[in-house]
Amino acid sequence: MSFEIEKVAELARIRLTPDEKNKLQSDLGAILGYVEKLKSVDTSQVSETSHVMDLTNVFREDKVLPSDVSAAVLRAAPDRDGKFFRVPKTVER
Amino acid sequence: MKPYELTLRESRDFAAAEGFDALRSSLLERIETLNPKLNALVRFKREDWTGSPRLASPAGGELAGVPIAIKDNICVKGLETACASKILKGHVPPYDAAVIEKLKGAGAVVFGQCNMDEFAFGSSCETSAFGPVRNPWDLERVPGGSSGGSAAAVAAGLVPAALGSDTGGSIRQPAAFCGVVGLKPTYGRVSRYGLIAFGSSFDQIGPITKNVEDAALLMKFLAGHDARDSTSAPEEVPDYTKSLRRDVKGLRIGLPEEYFGAGLDPEVEKSVREAADVYRRLGAEIKTIKLPHTPYAVAVYYIVAVAEASSNLGRFDGVRFGSRIAADSLKEMYEKTREEGFGAEAKRRILLGTFVLSAGYYDAYYRQGQKVRTLIRQDFQKAWESVDVLLSPTAPTPAFKIGEKLSDPLAMYLSDIMTIPANLAGVPALSLPCGFTRSGLPLGLQLMGRPFDEETLIRAAYTLEQEIGITGRKPPL
Repeated sequence: MSFEIEKVAELARIRLTPDEKNKLQSDLGAILGYVEKLKSVDTSQVSETSHVMDLTNVFREDKVLPSDVSAAVLRAAPDRDGKFFRVPKTVER
Repeated sequence: MKPYELTLRESRDFAAAEGFDALRSSLLERIETLNPKLNALVRFKREDWTGSPRLASPAGGELAGVPIAIKDNICVKGLETACASKILKGHVPPYDAAVIEKLKGAGAVVFGQCNMDEFAFGSSCETSAFGPVRNPWDLERVPGGSSGGSAAAVAAGLVPAALGSDTGGSIRQPAAFCGVVGLKPTYGRVSRYGLIAFGSSFDQIGPITKNVEDAALLMKFLAGHDARDSTSAPEEVPDYTKSLRRDVKGLRIGLPEEYFGAGLDPEVEKSVREAADVYRRLGAEIKTIKLPHTPYAVAVYYIVAVAEASSNLGRFDGVRFGSRIAADSLKEMYEKTREEGFGAEAKRRILLGTFVLSAGYYDAYYRQGQKVRTLIRQDFQKAWESVDVLLSPTAPTPAFKIGEKLSDPLAMYLSDIMTIPANLAGVPALSLPCGFTRSGLPLGLQLMGRPFDEETLIRAAYTLEQEIGITGRKPPL
């Protein structure tokens, strides 16, 4: 099983050192080799399990309720400006 | 008998009769002596527990004065909760998890937070940012994982009971390795509101205790519907303590033959088969049955659970909580924060999950994994036609040595081979101490039951526990 570790790391937004790349390339190769065994199972007549319960579409009433957590939530942020989370500039002029 | 040796129920009775202080000082002394060796509790400072409002006087209620330690992935209002990860260092949740509300409401005291594998990714507690936890029965061995801190703390008498979480065996395998009781409830039985998510279609919170009675007592409070967790089940909650009866007459117990194959340690096998003999002698009917898709369980799990994990851990990006590494662009900030904040196993699982969900591979891996998961569920549904409970080992071996499997992720993953199927099928499962190796390491057996039939598991476990009576043995600390 070949896969491009750099591409996957970019999708996952994780930077890797060259050592990590090598180690993960071989670890993930071994794991993907192990899971190959699933390909031998005939699932042509089988539907997927995404969830083990019989519940579907659990809705709550669409009702406005008081919530006063924003200050506490913002306090936990690494960087903030007033009532906003602050991040590096995302749009170049 | 010293107060720290008491079970949860006994601690409650002791606190009611003698006051909470005597219990607290005994536990504090025990923790100060042993926790530096075991590393089971994290951020534990004596001053936090003496004279602070946290402990001033526990509220009344059925669990009044009962100290309970909480795994570091369950949010406790006002206390740092970090999943043993650098990326969440300093994170203080502004709310209590549903289970914490319930325990506090019953009068219990949150007494310490438990070390764990980072984000519950692991079977040995070696991936923690706080360093490894050691097994109280042999300090050179792992306590199991990922709720290894919870299991070690209970086994060593640092606390009478603890909460863990179980995605692929993380309550049961450490319970087996440390000689305590661990119960993973049915998927949906306990609200996950406030549990930091790993695999959302698998995760359950459950008790780790010194005996079956305590597990039943805690389940009474943990279980129940919660509108804030949309996967929470509406089923009625029975009084689990009513199941504490010695009665297995006519109970049909299945031994799944796939769980007794190659790779099973002979001492583990012997103790589980002896337990089956005890059940037979007490009037249960023992049958060998087949769960034919068992050999695929680990492969399914390491596709579907890591896919869910990679998605759930997307939220740790340096924006809303935890740590951030500053950078000039947003993308670079994400990448550096995640590089710096996640440990090796977290990176491995996030990358694997990202890969199996990525365009071009989704059908071959993720979709196929979910289909084989259906076949594994069907194995269980078929089994319930002929048996009431399944009996197996909890883990194929006793506790392994620290470092033994750390460099070989696949070997580590395979140590969960007997616990993963219950999570794939969503059924309840319990690990019960059932003996010791000749070298003195604890062994555990696993009972799995029908969805929402924790009562039968508790009754079967209680019966065996009372019959073989080994829960009194203490680790040589």
